[in-house]
Amino acid sequence: MAQLDLITPVAPVRIREISAEHDARTEPRLIRLSIIGIAVTFLSIFVVLPLVVVFTQAFSRGIGAYLAALAEPEALSAIKLTLLVAAISVGLNLIFGLAAAWAVAKFDFPGKTFLITLIDLPFSVSPVISGLVFVLLFGAQGFFGAWLQARDIHILFAVPGIALATTFVTFPFVARALIPLMQEQGTQEEEAALSLGASGLQTFFRVTLPNIKWGLLYGVLLCNARAMGEFGAVSVVSGHIRGETNTMPLLVEILYNEYQFVASFAIASLLAMLALVTLVMKTILESRLQEGQVPRDD
Amino acid sequence: MTIEVRNIVKKFGSFTALDSVDLKVGKGELLALLGPSGSGKTTLLRIIAGLDWPDGGEVRFDGENALARGAGERHVGFVFQHYALFRHMNVFENVAFGLRVQPRAVRLNETAIKKRVNELLDLVQLAWLSDRYPSQLSGGQRQRIALARALAIEPRILLLDEPFGALDAKVRKELRRWLRSLHDEIHVTSIFVTHDQEEALEVANRVVVMDKGRIEQIGTPGEVYDNPATAFVHGFIGESIVLPVDVRDGRVELGGKPLNLEPQGAGAGPSRLFVRRHDMQVGPAGSGVIEGAVRRVRAFGPIQRADVALPGGEGETLIEIDTPRDRELNPGDLVGLQPRRYRIFSAST
Repeated sequence: MAQLDLITPVAPVRIREISAEHDARTEPRLIRLSIIGIAVTFLSIFVVLPLVVVFTQAFSRGIGAYLAALAEPEALSAIKLTLLVAAISVGLNLIFGLAAAWAVAKFDFPGKTFLITLIDLPFSVSPVISGLVFVLLFGAQGFFGAWLQARDIHILFAVPGIALATTFVTFPFVARALIPLMQEQGTQEEEAALSLGASGLQTFFRVTLPNIKWGLLYGVLLCNARAMGEFGAVSVVSGHIRGETNTMPLLVEILYNEYQFVASFAIASLLAMLALVTLVMKTILESRLQEGQVPRDD
Repeated sequence: MTIEVRNIVKKFGSFTALDSVDLKVGKGELLALLGPSGSGKTTLLRIIAGLDWPDGGEVRFDGENALARGAGERHVGFVFQHYALFRHMNVFENVAFGLRVQPRAVRLNETAIKKRVNELLDLVQLAWLSDRYPSQLSGGQRQRIALARALAIEPRILLLDEPFGALDAKVRKELRRWLRSLHDEIHVTSIFVTHDQEEALEVANRVVVMDKGRIEQIGTPGEVYDNPATAFVHGFIGESIVLPVDVRDGRVELGGKPLNLEPQGAGAGPSRLFVRRHDMQVGPAGSGVIEGAVRRVRAFGPIQRADVALPGGEGETLIEIDTPRDRELNPGDLVGLQPRRYRIFSAST
């Protein structure tokens, strides 16, 4: 007891001394505050401010004007087209992405590295170039131009062209989300299912798909956000036919150039809301994905 | 169900995983495939299961060509090294999986599935875990669930890949005994792969020793231990003292000095002498065919272990011998060594 009594008062005093001068566990107060300050200022100027501007501009003449701008036939047509194109390209990329990720993650074949590089190509090419590729392929002077013209098939300056360009630009999202996940999970569960008598389809729907569902949703979400927001590639192939081939991002630009600020920012506000919803869902999915990661036993 | 493997060859690129392997497994046997990593034992198991396909050869179940059937049609229960439990299903659904994916015509109804799964969970003594998910189980529990899942389809053959590999030593010993008694109970033809000789010798009826894609020896645990067919088997199973010797004119020489030992048919040239440590009798100098000098002695439980230096052709060879603790042995002592039993294999084999 005597010893304890001697020691106990010493410790708290020392701790207080240290924290008064300088806590060795963290940076000095000044540095901490200035780093946080820089980050917050930067975020405010580059992210929050534009978002606020979009909404204040959109509502600058009241909610009536805002709703009227969205109810314009041109706006409605752009919204419909954007939804249609997103549905097509997300649907196609869901299938392509799954197939590509499956091939890369579960099989070994010559040219695998090449395939992975190809999947990333749309990320590294400027979207305008991606659009131009389709002009070169399907335009009047293009590779298939004469053949298509002879049969009266319209790809360029029509929905198919926009859908194709969007699909191309958003191709990597689903595959990129799935490849690491599927590689980490390996093929053992599939092999177990096969040896228990499951068919290929049963194995896919009962074992593979449940294991990758959160990753798949994550990829679809990002793919959708990009598909709806794509400007460059779509701008090249769309032809900007009002009420027909204008997607929402294209219409935003056109209206802005015509000084119809309320209408322009009203459409932009929809895209901004899409971004916010995507952000929230992305956060939720990311936490789900982390939960789903079962530690391997050893 | 009998299994017959004939002349199986499997290559991965330029690496030959299996080099014309022949094997017969009798009905109700519990067979161990034993070998170091890279010996091809897991590849052989996967070929029997239908998870890999050989480049040549035959696999027959009860005389019938198994290679004509896919993994799902072979009725083989496979237990994976890391269990491969379905992580998004609870224990009950994991075990029920094989019953649920049956074609509708032969599928059991829900009540029958429930009954069967509960029977299996009772068999592996884990019925109380049926609502848990694999991530909530210990390694030993996962292993037993994986076994129950494999048994659900009433397999004709049970294949286990390193069944105890990922478990700690204590659980391993328990499960080993448990697997042995389970096999006595259900009597399904079983093959398990292991790199642990103790496991193979303790659990299996027969042991297949493999190395570099070839079968070195097939025999009961007693046979492979007492009568190793090759130098590899002698060195791999049990602890051996190995001495480099020469066979010349029908005599065995160590470091140029003839030893009074039989060459046992080993051809002339460099050979190796194998003696089990407990077969090496240690006596005073002059009492054995080999002379050596004690270098270091250490107590080791009931015995003492000594490093003994033997004169060799080039430098000296250091071997480890065991003697009882009550025998006095000091560094510098000269001892005579007499192998009670030994084997000599040509260095080329």
